[in-house]
Amino acid sequence: MFDLDAKTEVVEADILVIGGGTGGPMAAIKAKEKNPKLKVLLLEKANVKRSGAISMGMDGLNNAVIPGYATPEQYVKEITVANDGIVHQKAVMAYATGSYPMIQYLDRLGVKFEKDGSGEYNVRKVHHMGTYVLPMPEGHNVKKALYRKLRQLQVMISNRYMATRLLKAVDGRISGAIAVNTRTGEFLVIRAKAVVLACGAAGRLGLPASGYLFGTYENPANCGDGYAMAYHAGADLANLECYQINPLIKDYNGPACAYVTGPFGGYTANNKGNRFIECDYWSGQMMLEFFRELQGGNGPVFLKIDHLAEETISTIETILHTNERPSRGRFHEQRGTNYRSSMIEMHISEIGFCSGHSASGVWVDENARTSVPGLYAVGDMASVPHNYMLGAFVNGGIAGGDAAEYCAALDLPGYEHGDVDAEIKRVLAPTRREDGFTAYEMEYKTRRFVNDYLQPPKVTAKYLIGQRRFAEIREDLGNLFVQDPHDLMRALEMQSILDCADMAAAASLYRTESRWGLYHMRTDHPYTDDENWFCHTMLFKNEKGQMSHRKRSVDDYIVPIDAAEMGAYHHLRTASPQAAE
Amino acid sequence: MPIAHNATAVPVTVDDAKCIAEKGCRVCIDVCPLDVLAIKESTGKAFMKYNECWYCMPCEVDCPTGAVKVEIPYLLR
Ligand SMILES: Cc1cc2nc3c(=O)[nH]c(=O)nc-3n(C[C@H](O)[C@H](O)[C@H](O)COP(=O)(O)OP(=O)(O)OC[C@H]3O[C@@H](n4cnc5c(N)ncnc54)[C@H](O)[C@@H]3O)c2cc1C
Ligand code: SF4
Ligand code: SF4
Repeated sequence: MFDLDAKTEVVEADILVIGGGTGGPMAAIKAKEKNPKLKVLLLEKANVKRSGAISMGMDGLNNAVIPGYATPEQYVKEITVANDGIVHQKAVMAYATGSYPMIQYLDRLGVKFEKDGSGEYNVRKVHHMGTYVLPMPEGHNVKKALYRKLRQLQVMISNRYMATRLLKAVDGRISGAIAVNTRTGEFLVIRAKAVVLACGAAGRLGLPASGYLFGTYENPANCGDGYAMAYHAGADLANLECYQINPLIKDYNGPACAYVTGPFGGYTANNKGNRFIECDYWSGQMMLEFFRELQGGNGPVFLKIDHLAEETISTIETILHTNERPSRGRFHEQRGTNYRSSMIEMHISEIGFCSGHSASGVWVDENARTSVPGLYAVGDMASVPHNYMLGAFVNGGIAGGDAAEYCAALDLPGYEHGDVDAEIKRVLAPTRREDGFTAYEMEYKTRRFVNDYLQPPKVTAKYLIGQRRFAEIREDLGNLFVQDPHDLMRALEMQSILDCADMAAAASLYRTESRWGLYHMRTDHPYTDDENWFCHTMLFKNEKGQMSHRKRSVDDYIVPIDAAEMGAYHHLRTASPQAAE
Repeated sequence: MPIAHNATAVPVTVDDAKCIAEKGCRVCIDVCPLDVLAIKESTGKAFMKYNECWYCMPCEVDCPTGAVKVEIPYLLR
């Protein structure tokens, strides 16, 4: 037991942005640009200077829609096809049309993109159909550029505050959030007219094969808090069964990365050094072929670049070892992997939720609005599929602008004091015990069961057992015990992870078909059933507090797609094995 | 359920001779996205307090004196 006198401070803002990684800062910036008079508060669990997925920078834009290379219509088509047709095209279109202006905006902020001799963007082809990848060999200053702008616009920043629950007014609109300081345990109640959730993916759901809880693909601060908060606030969450599963460097769990190496001639190969997929773009279908290769005796799967010229390899090495995940060189060195003489062993990652890479997120429309009035979601945790970094920026910007308008005619909504008291009690419970189970143990066990029972292929009988195990862990929460405020953060994160595990299981059981390749491959329902399941699935907390589901039909397409094109991503396997070049 | 403390090797080390925490520097502690670095009371220098590291490297890159070294955590090395 440790003593936390639960000091609570109440602050007021027009717009509260939760999560200062990628989409969050852009939401704050665009809200301020729209109306400089607004009080905008950016709340971050870590430190905005170095938080989130782009903490160290980025290797490139995975989905740039740049005139001369791709049109917004082509992009909407590509993503619709890559996501088996289940997309809200208007939201994808809002991204696609905002893409080029955002690149130009970032360029003006000082973010560096690759250009050719005449100053034009150097876009490369990685997707199946169109050309969308814009390298950022000097992409390590993104956070610095954002931070400068935040300061210039006088966005208020609160670092080391973890939001734990959203607040609502009696009329159901959003009215703020509760946060706890991760170093002192002090509470902050933030009253606001609009809230933008930008808490990233649920990247700490499955357990990495290494057993190291923080050895994840995603920044481990992104543990699903955003998903959990949205759920408890009664928002709809869309297509959660469309998991994020990535092809990664084995054990290191970072991208290998075929997007960077592909344009230089690198590719994903089997143990014979042969190509087995035509396109390295990450989709559920691509992951299924990857899985089959592993299962079929041709594994492990590798990234192959050892056939390239020395000059090309050192260029690749410079990009991959200095930007996004700069510790990668050290990993390879320790294992004696030299790109010139050996292929890089890859593996299938554990599961997570992420719309940035897949399509599992809090439901948002083309204005980044969730189903709760005044609540927005952007970036990896919002339901716009395959949105990546540029999507987080664009949708962040959309949310910021829309929230600024929404606030204009609104008085600060009230909140229920009882909700705050109940939340403080929940948060502090593990600090009031003499001993018990640690957050580490409870997180480990939850995530191990996620691997054991939820990792696709999805088997109904396993899912049902998984749900029982999660329910038992939930009962054990009564024994969760922490020793300091840092531990308290981990204990709260563990509860978000458990919420996400429950949501993953329930969402997967609801959709009784197979879709999105490996992401939702159900052995008991092996076929795609368009008649019954060509729809979004919505998961939400009903009035009785139970996890519920409903279907939402896919809005009429604004970019029509003919049947022949729709299957494009279903034929990724190479017709016959191709020898190494 | 009484608690045991199991020891683990930490992936991030600080060279005490180079660390200037006594001059008020807190850069590595500030930037770490997982908040796993702190000041050791006995030495007054920065150290890795919790073995919960994403091997992402802001601590090493931003340290003004080059005192921090990030290794890959042993379990996944
Ligand atoms: C290793 C890696 C490589 C990638 N490579 C590329 C690439 O090359 N090109 C590309 O286009 N995309 C890439 N992506 C994807 C891209 O980085 C993400 O889609 C994008 O950055 C997501 O932005 P976000 O704002 O949703 O999340 P983030 O930028 O991760 O921000 C989320 C923030 O929320 C904070 N937070 C979480 N919970 C709370 C809470 N409870 N309270 C307060 N704050 C909280 C976190 O600390 C974090 O700072 C990559 C992603 C990863 C992980
Ligand atoms: S950044 Fe470097 S000098 Fe500063 S406290 Fe950390 S280790 Fe010491
Ligand atoms: S490598 Fe990253 S997570 Fe590890 S201590 Fe440094 S900043 Fe923190």
